[in-house]
Amino acid sequence: MKKVRASLSSVERMDGKGHFGPFGGRYVPETLMAAVNQLEAAYEEAKRSQAFQAEFASLCRNYAGRPTPLYFARQLTGHCGGAKIYLKREDLAHTGAHKINNALGQGLLAQRMGKRRIIAETGAGQHGVATATVCAMLGLEGVVYMGEEDMRRQSLNVFRMKLLGSQVVPVASGSRTLKDAINEAMRDWVTNVDTTYYLLGSVVGPHPYPTMVRDFQAIIGIEAKEQMLAAEGRLPDYAVACVGGGSNSMGLFHPFFHSEVKFIGVEAAGQGVDTDRHSATLVKGRPGVLHGARSYLLQDEWGQVRETHSIAAGLDYPGVGPEHSYYKDTGRATYVAATDLEALEGFQLLSQTEGIIPALEPAHAIYYATQLASQLPQDNIILVNLSGRGDKDMETVARALGVELGVG
Amino acid sequence: MGRISNTFHQLKKRGRMGLIPFFTVGYPDLATTVTLVSQAVAGGADLVELGVPFSDPLADGATIQRSSFHALRQGVNLQNCLDVCRQLRDDSVSVPLLLMGYYNPFLNYGLEALCREAAAAGVDGFIVADLPPEEGDGLRDACLGRGLDLVFLVSPTSPDERIAMIGQKARGFLYCVSLRGVTGARRELPADLPLFLSRVRRFTQLPLAVGFGISTKAHVQALAGHADAAIVGSALVDVIQGEEPAQMPDRVREYIRRLTSEDD
Repeated sequence: MKKVRASLSSVERMDGKGHFGPFGGRYVPETLMAAVNQLEAAYEEAKRSQAFQAEFASLCRNYAGRPTPLYFARQLTGHCGGAKIYLKREDLAHTGAHKINNALGQGLLAQRMGKRRIIAETGAGQHGVATATVCAMLGLEGVVYMGEEDMRRQSLNVFRMKLLGSQVVPVASGSRTLKDAINEAMRDWVTNVDTTYYLLGSVVGPHPYPTMVRDFQAIIGIEAKEQMLAAEGRLPDYAVACVGGGSNSMGLFHPFFHSEVKFIGVEAAGQGVDTDRHSATLVKGRPGVLHGARSYLLQDEWGQVRETHSIAAGLDYPGVGPEHSYYKDTGRATYVAATDLEALEGFQLLSQTEGIIPALEPAHAIYYATQLASQLPQDNIILVNLSGRGDKDMETVARALGVELGVG
Repeated sequence: MGRISNTFHQLKKRGRMGLIPFFTVGYPDLATTVTLVSQAVAGGADLVELGVPFSDPLADGATIQRSSFHALRQGVNLQNCLDVCRQLRDDSVSVPLLLMGYYNPFLNYGLEALCREAAAAGVDGFIVADLPPEEGDGLRDACLGRGLDLVFLVSPTSPDERIAMIGQKARGFLYCVSLRGVTGARRELPADLPLFLSRVRRFTQLPLAVGFGISTKAHVQALAGHADAAIVGSALVDVIQGEEPAQMPDRVREYIRRLTSEDD
């Protein structure tokens, strides 16, 4: 493990300023520069601290329920008639998604830095719930910014955050989704920078966030690797995960970086990548700068950020983590997209074959994995990150399927 | 000497502090922006910032967000902003003009093409809210040799060594952000603002222009002796908001005249 880590850090630190090739960096207002420098120093220090690592590991185990299982989806595999499909069950982590890993890590870091006020953005509400959960547990004040449109389609998660004692602030500007929630969180941070910790939920934003969030999420891939070796005696042929900002996929991929495992990131094609109603940043975007980093971006011919669409609020984002852009340009990973309808198909298929209701976000990855599996020989193995459970999406799915709830 | 340095040199000789109004290009429309800038200059503006609208203005408060979205809804783009500069030069506006905005529209245009065309259109410099010097080499290089100044920002949160570094990299003047926060008129400026400005002075010979929160004559007067120029943005949007377009030029000229006049 140690050896892998050393060589990985040489990949990411091509210049010591948080760049992954031409991507990443720090494009933030000057008022925040001291804060991101301070954050980087605090994180580097915490990373080397045995006490910090031990506390993080203990909370992952005893609070979040890690390690999450690796499950061989026998029925789904049989249905596809090809490669074996394994599911990394992040849906079984506390709060129902992988987001808790990062929220715990950063929550501990905020506490270590003496910051008592935590702000966060959320799209689907999963990161907001994870943050509100950690704030409750650590006794910190939580403020979560959420687009009005997302509050409408994820009302259950809004209620959960409030129940956990956090304040949920509606964001009415722009497209009223995740990107606008990040803008508003940044505005809060720039105003309250001395007292406030910004607990960013994905591998996006200025350095050190993409690296730090990836490190906290890498537990997914580290566990999956061990579990796969125990189950099959070898690594999978493919690792498949959905990509919005890209934290669950990077958490799965990164520990396999120096292996032969092929990485496939599945973006949201919405109503189709040839319409203007999608969120397929790596498939259809061009490099640009948004939210503090240079990365692929969905933008118009004048560099204005485009409004996006996905049935999955957690994928409805015009940017993507800079390390994914680096993976794309170097060919280390392949990025594809699944439509709303395909995600709904994956959602129903997994529910009916395995009795597991996935969140709409990983339903995109499930759909792609089933397509891939059916084209591969039976001795191939596909590892899919089931990044969250689907309870939050019941209303959305019912509406999409034309079912009226409460009628039977 | 570039037009910006020259302007600050003249201000210093006359013992005056400069005033820099900010206009969102395309608010309320492109033609009115040209008129408003001319009227601001007639009212005594010494330099002008032209705001390039952006979809995600994360350093801006509600007022400039609104003017920016308004402009975008009308399809205003970076080309239009360059055209406005060209038009102002054709109308014999001779004060320094700076394009202020966020990095992505500039980057997307192509930095070389942008600087070539900006220089030809009569632009004198750039201020980029989300571009710290660490990421600014590309735009800085493209500005070199074209008479364009890349202005960087310093903030009360910037440590001494950063202020020194930024002072080294900036050209034209230093944009001193008065407070922790986003743009927008405030009732009062921070009490420690003079202290911050004297701290910045220790590390640079560049003129200091102060922005964020400034809206009243009292604010401007309080900066005298501490700063070389005051920047007024959101307050100016507030001045014209809700006015009939026919009334806006007079309102802007009078507002600027009041802020720049020697008497109370």
